Amino acid sequence: MADPIIISASPHIHSARTSKKVMYDVVIALIPAFLVSLYVFGYSAMILTSIAVISCLLFEFLIQKYILKTKVTISDGSALITGILLAFNLPAGLPIWMIIVGSLVAIGVAKLSFGGLGFNIFNPALVGRVFLLVSFPVQMTMWPTAVENNTVIADAVTGATPLGIIKEGLQFGETMTSLSAKIPSNMDMLLGITGGSLGEMSAIALLIGGLYLIIRKVISWHIPVILLATIAIMTSIFWLVNSEQFANPIIHILSGGAILGTFYMATDLVTSPMTKKGMVIFAIGIGIITVVIRLFGAYPEGISFAILIMNAFVPLINKYFKPRRFGSKIKAKIV
Amino acid sequence: MLKTFPKGGIHPAENKITSSKEIKRMPIPKVVYVPIAQHIGIPSEIIVDRKDKVEIGQVVAKSSGFVSSNIHSPVAGTVTKLDMIVDTSGYKKQCIVIRTDQKNESNFEEPNFPLKKEISMDQKDILKHITDSGIVGLGGATFPSHVKLDLKNDNHVDCLIINGVECEPYLTADHRLMLEKADEIIVGIQILMHALHIQEAVIGIENNKKDAIKALKKAAQSDKRIKVAALQVKYPQGSEKQLIKAIIKREVPKGGLPMDVGIIVHNVGTIFAIYQAVQYDRPLIERVVTVTGKKIENASNFWVKIGTPIKDLVNEVGGIPEGTRKIVNGGPMMGKAIKNTDVPVTKGTSGILVISEDEASRGEPKNCIRCGECVDVCPMGLEPHLLMNLTEKGIYETAANEDIMTCIECGSCSYVCPSHRPLLDYIRFGKSIVKKLNTAKN
Repeated sequence: MADPIIISASPHIHSARTSKKVMYDVVIALIPAFLVSLYVFGYSAMILTSIAVISCLLFEFLIQKYILKTKVTISDGSALITGILLAFNLPAGLPIWMIIVGSLVAIGVAKLSFGGLGFNIFNPALVGRVFLLVSFPVQMTMWPTAVENNTVIADAVTGATPLGIIKEGLQFGETMTSLSAKIPSNMDMLLGITGGSLGEMSAIALLIGGLYLIIRKVISWHIPVILLATIAIMTSIFWLVNSEQFANPIIHILSGGAILGTFYMATDLVTSPMTKKGMVIFAIGIGIITVVIRLFGAYPEGISFAILIMNAFVPLINKYFKPRRFGSKIKAKIV
Repeated sequence: MLKTFPKGGIHPAENKITSSKEIKRMPIPKVVYVPIAQHIGIPSEIIVDRKDKVEIGQVVAKSSGFVSSNIHSPVAGTVTKLDMIVDTSGYKKQCIVIRTDQKNESNFEEPNFPLKKEISMDQKDILKHITDSGIVGLGGATFPSHVKLDLKNDNHVDCLIINGVECEPYLTADHRLMLEKADEIIVGIQILMHALHIQEAVIGIENNKKDAIKALKKAAQSDKRIKVAALQVKYPQGSEKQLIKAIIKREVPKGGLPMDVGIIVHNVGTIFAIYQAVQYDRPLIERVVTVTGKKIENASNFWVKIGTPIKDLVNEVGGIPEGTRKIVNGGPMMGKAIKNTDVPVTKGTSGILVISEDEASRGEPKNCIRCGECVDVCPMGLEPHLLMNLTEKGIYETAANEDIMTCIECGSCSYVCPSHRPLLDYIRFGKSIVKKLNTAKN
């Protein structure tokens, strides 16, 4: 034997799974939604996504190399995902400097200041988005409408999101019946012909990617299914009570980033619970908070806040919802 | 639905390259190295001296306590040395070196033990034979078998489970034995049932060994008390606690033994050894070993004398292939990497696995991405990522409270970790510290 022999403890084999592959699976899953955004928003989608991705990678590189002086890990795919997801959560046509600020907050504050990949409590992309939303509410709610696709950003006509239209309309005393003419049809929302953030457009495209993640076992079905079910059940109850004051569950599921948040951000491995039991609690929590914010809060859309709020509970959930230990608390079997 | 344990587990590539290879007899080695610590418990006490002539099956080291075992000479020959040699643990251990007598015919006789079905001994004699024959658990744990059988009067054991699972990838020793010695194994089971007054026995076999399931079902046809259970292929099904749960749905309590839920588990290899010990008074001096690896030319299964240097086995299958980076005593999930091939086969050696570069090197550990895979696959319901963190930070008390001691070291967590974190390495380390702390406390 020419090469030295390796002595290490068992196990001596390893599954082919690596965290890099996991990360790039997420990137692959986001491709359909990205293609839809390119179709709908044209160049501006490309610009927004590129700026977000490049600035996320660059900030991670600069901070790790010059401030933290640790190993640079930009190739692990996680900053890439943060960049894409941040872009997906922003309206097309957002000023470039705001995108850069959002990336800095996402990578610098939400991720690296907590200790980098695996140590962040909050989903970095969402922290970036929410930071921008509360800092620049006007720009963050100017949605270029779908009809104006492929135009120069500055000239784009802006309109509100379906949930925004509903919220505003209801505040001014309109009913769901009169509002229904103003919001896109369910089919349009499914396909992505509506107003909203870059990546939340097409429910179908996002579902395809989500399904891919479940099939590839990157995520388990627990969080998405239970979260969407919670939103559906809660909004159904309100809708059944008063269908003039509350939008139907289909609108709630298909709009406001529910699908994007459910499949790509609530399921973020780092910031979601480790056990299936914990995931169930986590998903129900997000569902309830989302609906409460949407129906009674100041914002028309609430899933970003809901996810961040529940992210804060994850350490607690992990502590109290542990897997059942084998052989614990069993009744002695007397034969 | 095939039976299996409910929580955790993995399914690595089976790689049972040698499953169709009949067990061949290894040529008698020129020299055997017989360590005196081949079992769990107190090492045996050497009772021979340099230059002593020994016969096949003669006791050369005797049991030195309740949890200990006799060790017999696997060959007829002369004791040349009492030496310290490196064994599979990587440490130097006391060992009896015996040079085979090339002229002694008993060394070269093909063992011939026709099937003997009648059980003529009573309980006490059976136990005595098992104790004297130095039989230990051949599944790998090497726990002296007589200890498991020495039941106090207040025992409630009502079911004997035979472990024919062989869930480790690559290994096929038990598989071949079940195929080739099905009738003997059934008699062995009957012997134990007779000795322990048990009326029910179940042989658990993973469903990737359909031929063995068929063979044992056929052999057990006449005895309604013995059943064969086909199990889903899932590692670590062969772990005692998981096997009991899979077959009979009883759960061994934390820190308890199978006996606490009325079960005794024995490996099929052990059962065959018991058969030979009781029916033919033959001590445990050889066992089946799978010698395998993806690049091994003539990978196969062998009857090997205890004490045979692993070198001899590797040469028998065509030598160590180019690019070999690791040699493992046992299976890939729980076996031990050995330093060189001078190490001898012991009672616990179920396989020799030769691993090449691509499989041998570990990935570089990365940050935990908290994916929860390790929690999902842990068959004991533990949180490996947490136990590793606690050990890393030296918070042993909390690790103990998080049940670190119940870890069965199956390695499923390290296997799946996408960040290649050495979870089990840390958990083992943590366990050893917690054990020391517990001893200090008492």
